Amino acid sequence: MALAVFLLVGAIAVASAIGLIVRRNPLHGALFLVVNLFCVAVFYLMLEAEFLAAAQVIIYAGAIMVLFVFAIMVLIPGTEELGADPLAWQRRIAVPLGLFLLIEVGFLFRTRLVPLEPPPAAPGGIQAVARMLFTDYLLPFEVTSVLLLAALVGVLALTRRKA
Amino acid sequence: MVPWSYYTALSAILFAIGVVGVLVRRNPLVIFMSIELMLNAANLAFVALGRQHGSADGQVIVLFVMTVAAAEVAVGLAIIVAIFRTRERISVDDLTLTRW
Repeated sequence: MALAVFLLVGAIAVASAIGLIVRRNPLHGALFLVVNLFCVAVFYLMLEAEFLAAAQVIIYAGAIMVLFVFAIMVLIPGTEELGADPLAWQRRIAVPLGLFLLIEVGFLFRTRLVPLEPPPAAPGGIQAVARMLFTDYLLPFEVTSVLLLAALVGVLALTRRKA
Repeated sequence: MVPWSYYTALSAILFAIGVVGVLVRRNPLVIFMSIELMLNAANLAFVALGRQHGSADGQVIVLFVMTVAAAEVAVGLAIIVAIFRTRERISVDDLTLTRW
């Protein structure tokens, strides 16, 4: 049952990822990416990471993708990929290189990681995550707030500049 | 229970698709979305392997990745909008200077 769900949602995830890179209209790409993010959220649920599944939907599919769609609407898409392609050779070798990368990563995953059978108990959901976040990872957590502040200041500086 | 290798295989596939997207597309917005795809693929591998090892570290790191992705998207989109204001045309192949 779990395997059937995995295969179905995985097929949707791969199809939507391909849709993102083949559709010319960036807005269609953004909607495909939302589908992909939802599929990953389903995987998080299947991996017993309920908090991350909720955060994925709220932060990624909600906040970040709204930002993307807003930027696409502002920037009037669809006209910038017409005309002669100055780097046509790069597009042609990109797909073989991507396949090579896939084989490479698959090989790494096959050889470097020793499979643990059977899997141990689940780490304990949101309580375990919160305990680690506020003990072992407290410093990175605080640095994250500085990062967000820096992003806020940077965006303000960029958009207020009179170019 | 789905084997962990299925998740890592799916993660590798999604990451490779994201890399191809960055290489083949000229619209910086689509390139950004492909980068988000790659970040998500890495997140999936983090969670799957964390689950496999029975540890919550993977989930905590994914939380940090999400934060970094949000900051990156905000700054990146601001840069793209600023470029579009001055150039009226966005294609990454035109942007060979870091200062315009």
